Amino acid sequence: MIPLEVHLRARRDGGRKILVPYITGGVEHWQDAVRAAVANGADAIEIGIPFSDPVMDGPVIQRASREALLRGATLHLILDGVRSLDVGVPLVVMCYYNTVFRAGHERFARMLSSAGVSGAIVPDLPLEESAEWCVTADAADVATVMLAAPTAPDERLPRIAARSRGFVYAVGLLGVTGERETLSASATAIAGRVKGVTDLPVLVGVGISDARQAGQACAVADGVIQGASVMRRLLDEGVESVGNYVAQVREAIDE
Amino acid sequence: MTALADPSAEGRFGEFGGQFVPETLVPACQELERAFHEAWNDPDFRNELGRLQREYAGRPSILTECHNLGRQLGIRLILKREDLNHTGSHKINNVLGQALLAKRMGKKRFIAETGAGQHGVASATAAALLGLQCKVYMGAVDVERQALNVFRMRLLGAEVEAAQSGSRTLKDAVNEAMRDWVASVEHSYYCIGSVMGPHPYPFIVRQFQSVIGEEARVQVRELTGADPDVVTACVGGGSNAMGIFSGFVDTRARLVGVEPAGGAAVGRGVPGVVHGMKSYLMQDEEGQVQEAHSISAGLDYPGVGPEHSYLASIGRAEYPSVTDEEVIAGFHYLCRTEGIIPALECAHVVAWISREAPNMQGATVLMNLSGRGDKDVAQMMQILGPTLGEANV
Ligand SMILES: Cc1ncc(COP(=O)(O)O)c(C=O)c1O
Repeated sequence: MIPLEVHLRARRDGGRKILVPYITGGVEHWQDAVRAAVANGADAIEIGIPFSDPVMDGPVIQRASREALLRGATLHLILDGVRSLDVGVPLVVMCYYNTVFRAGHERFARMLSSAGVSGAIVPDLPLEESAEWCVTADAADVATVMLAAPTAPDERLPRIAARSRGFVYAVGLLGVTGERETLSASATAIAGRVKGVTDLPVLVGVGISDARQAGQACAVADGVIQGASVMRRLLDEGVESVGNYVAQVREAIDE
Repeated sequence: MTALADPSAEGRFGEFGGQFVPETLVPACQELERAFHEAWNDPDFRNELGRLQREYAGRPSILTECHNLGRQLGIRLILKREDLNHTGSHKINNVLGQALLAKRMGKKRFIAETGAGQHGVASATAAALLGLQCKVYMGAVDVERQALNVFRMRLLGAEVEAAQSGSRTLKDAVNEAMRDWVASVEHSYYCIGSVMGPHPYPFIVRQFQSVIGEEARVQVRELTGADPDVVTACVGGGSNAMGIFSGFVDTRARLVGVEPAGGAAVGRGVPGVVHGMKSYLMQDEEGQVQEAHSISAGLDYPGVGPEHSYLASIGRAEYPSVTDEEVIAGFHYLCRTEGIIPALECAHVVAWISREAPNMQGATVLMNLSGRGDKDVAQMMQILGPTLGEANV
């Protein structure tokens, strides 16, 4: 397991913007897509664990989740797949809380660490509900990445940052995952607010829809997470298209 | 005032409940909790709500004693007639409260999910009355089987969107409503239709529905001189049941929530977290939520409100289930013996009472008749045929 925070800090402090593509585990060719993304400049990968009721996700990732589940994807199979990846960058899972709760906190944390997963993002586990899981995850060396939303009042942000491990996930807009025409002004605003209260790397995700928007977000943020724009290419066009796209984004944020 | 306990500061009833929402919604849930407490303690708000309940919704709802059915079953059966409320169900009690709250909070847009369409119709109604813009999410399957209610909502000026994901029923309508709310939280109010969702909704909805139990307690004593032996209601999310239970939780009455066999969250579920709450949930080994299957769109839900999970866990209430076949028979039975066409949701309770009657001889049974069956007549005509054919019982 590669320690998430050490890895991302090293890259940031070396002057590099951080690129984290999201790929839903269990869809066709997902492991090849992870490899293609890493080969084209990803600094870490977020692996989605498909869930029946993904309330933070828009149409593309909903479709990916459904296809993965229809293909028989399970947490165990995806983690087996993760274990065999060995791509040299940290892997972080994104899963809804019922997946964690049903497995049991300790068992889930052990499953992640034994699969070589460095961190977890649980979008429906807000600060107030997170303490128990976070303590368990800390003990298993799994970094729980907390989310900071544009609606958070100022006093809330330092508490979120203090509880976050690895990096802070700044939510780029009010809404679910999915591509938008332009970058929401809230993306750089929330990135700036979070950077003001923490030295952890701050990555913006949700609504970063193309290479240009990634570049704009990186004017303030330490990096970006890209989900729907990656998954649409994987589902509709295939692995090669994911590789090309990640390379494009890499170029845009390196400028 | 209800004898039910308030949830803990963390929004828990025992181990159930909580606020499992995306970060984006946490401030909105907190703001809602503050606004509700202020409003609930404000005599002006309570007076305005009371006025609307009386002059608009038609409260108090009456009791009807079912002499024919009671005689046949060997029990004393009393109905609390929420079906006679404006818009035809108990849903209006909650919606008037939440719509007033939305106005008070300065929200212009009112979002709702709906299963059978009764909550959607009530929401569209309150929005029309109070000048709010209304958007209702409804599973595509339900849009079809409750077409009349869809048209009603449109007549009332609401926009209805069919949820095409998942099982395309109530669960998916809730998902879509929550997605909308995540995007529109700054100016929209999410009016949840049952005692479910993240804290403070289960509490708020229960308080707005507690009028049912409060009235019934007094009315049953006037009628019979005592408290009932059994208090029963159907359970989808569980708001009409919570409403009537709230009046009797501190009596010796047996509290019975009837679930559909294909959506028996308490009966067949295990604790899980979805739609913002920890509660009993029908799910598989991996925590994937299972699809419910019920003849009744209003009960076609794999979860249940957290306070019901709590009442079940401490043994204060019980949650039997009935099959679709029993429901159809129960529906007929009430129509023919009492001249009341119940909502399919309530036919579940009739079915349970009929089955359980041998064990309740001589008992006084109070049933919440949460809604009328007009919305289900078209569906029943499809199932039974327009001449009732062999199904003519
Ligand atoms: C008449 C009626 N009863 C009951 C329900 C189920 O809701 P709850 O369990 O919240 O009372 C509905 C929902 O649509 C309904 O229309």
